[in-house]
Amino acid sequence: MPARAELQVNVTQGVTDPIPIAIVPFARAVPADGGLDLAGVVQHDLESSGRFRAMQRRDMLSTPTRAAEVQSADWKAAGNDYVLVGRVTAPTGSEIDVECDLLNTLTGQRIGGKRFVATGASLRNAAHMVSDFVYESILGVRGAFATRIAYIAVQGQAPTQHFQLIVADSDGESPKVILESNQPIMSPAWSPDDQWLAYVSFENRLSGVYIQRVRTGERRLVSQRVGVNGAPAFSPDGTRLALTLSGSGGNLDIWLLELSTQALTRLTDDPAVDTEPSWSPDGKSIYFTSDRAGGPQIYKLDIANPRRVQRISFGSGYDARPRVSPDGTKLAVVTREGGNYRIAVQDLASGTVSVLSRGSLDESPSFAPNGATIIYAGREGSVGTLQTVSVDGQVTQRLTSSQGELREPAWEPFQR
Amino acid sequence: MHKSVLIWAAVMGAVLLAGCSSHKPRPTTSTAGTSVPADQSQTSGADTSGAYGAAIANGSGEGVAGPSAGQLKNRTVYFDFDSSEIRSDYTSLIAAHARYLASNASIRVRIEGNTDERGSREYNIGLGERRAQAVRRALLLQGVAESQITTVSYGEERPAVTGHTEEAWSRNRRAEIVYLN
Repeated sequence: MPARAELQVNVTQGVTDPIPIAIVPFARAVPADGGLDLAGVVQHDLESSGRFRAMQRRDMLSTPTRAAEVQSADWKAAGNDYVLVGRVTAPTGSEIDVECDLLNTLTGQRIGGKRFVATGASLRNAAHMVSDFVYESILGVRGAFATRIAYIAVQGQAPTQHFQLIVADSDGESPKVILESNQPIMSPAWSPDDQWLAYVSFENRLSGVYIQRVRTGERRLVSQRVGVNGAPAFSPDGTRLALTLSGSGGNLDIWLLELSTQALTRLTDDPAVDTEPSWSPDGKSIYFTSDRAGGPQIYKLDIANPRRVQRISFGSGYDARPRVSPDGTKLAVVTREGGNYRIAVQDLASGTVSVLSRGSLDESPSFAPNGATIIYAGREGSVGTLQTVSVDGQVTQRLTSSQGELREPAWEPFQR
Repeated sequence: MHKSVLIWAAVMGAVLLAGCSSHKPRPTTSTAGTSVPADQSQTSGADTSGAYGAAIANGSGEGVAGPSAGQLKNRTVYFDFDSSEIRSDYTSLIAAHARYLASNASIRVRIEGNTDERGSREYNIGLGERRAQAVRRALLLQGVAESQITTVSYGEERPAVTGHTEEAWSRNRRAEIVYLN
């Protein structure tokens, strides 16, 4: 019998004053809801953000499921600022309705409500959408619970390892293996419409950049030229890939690949290593790593005039692997502090750098689509884990797996 | 503390299924813009759940080829931290392979560059490529033909040993000469 592998979410550090909220168990639609405790998923989402503290169910004296049934004063007296109630109904055989109401106990007013139509298979996602609604209603920031993460899992000891590319919900649930190989897989990157993942696979004992449709498994080899094929990054309009090619001479530079025509355009031409491109949200520039000045540093080029290269990082002797925040105002990078590799955020307007992580081998930062959180790969002892940190550094979380080493998380963009 | 226990049963199921099929290459689905010969690419179709497509990418295994006399059985060149300079203790090893390859023009090798695990992964691909190129250039200078040599950089993705110590790192900073026939 295979060992049961588990992925666990732990809040390792939260805000000092989380918002108190009562998430009342929703009215159930048995058996159409498949036994899913929808309010439990919402509670887990909100608590794992570190911004909320949920009332214990055993302390609840009533279980209203509609706004009209909520006695606000009682919930306020129990210490809650907000109450969420809801119900799951199955009006037809295949369709499941999820409705919820959010109330402010201080005013006694209903703040708002939502209705989602789901199926049995998408009910968990509907729960994440309820979480997004609550998060945005209270904090004024779009929630990212109903998004997914892609990451690499590696099993086995060197030199014989097994590699998987996995897509899971943002809370680590419902992991699906979308590619596996006995050769390395690396650098997963989402397309802006979230339908495709680009990645590097060494399955032919050569590096190749592939794109794969997540839903169907259909995939295309888009670059297997002589030398390095790496670091794919979809342009914000989804029509092009920035990637790293080296040719036979081994000089890594950044190129643009037009996906419909396979036309290649060179962006950098420097004898140094130029790699790890990340697009600005307007598609006009690319941030990248280069060691043209000695150690790796972050640079920026204009697509319209790629010879115009500007150095962005001036901090430690090692700054690499930039990722631009969804609003284009910040960069997440890997920086070296003493002998440790950590995640830092650089504010692009002021140049201010904040080191957010405290590990020794932290790498591969990726912004949540709402820009509030960064997920990255770190280590717990000798095991590779995924960790998150809020951009203000206040809230940290850990996603650990008892099976395999987790690497290179890539957070899905918002669906448009 | 939060108590979510997320079960990976779905993942394990997929692994087992895929494990069965990976030994049997399937026909490549025809895809636009692909430049790989069909016999090299093994891609599975969608899984039966229909929600996600799983692909399997297992390259063909390679036998151990190449000469084994004298120094030629040693095929690993180690490097110092953050360096792609060939150390003097490896010049005679590389010279022995260069002599063998120069006098056996039909023999081909792949030079695989590797780094330790520190730093960012794609940047390490660049450092591994530098190491592979350092060995390639040394072989070319000693009379080996360009057509006999290919390079690949695995960066930190294919360590020789698992570990997070200076000892493990020093064994992973390397270039390997792999004989292809």
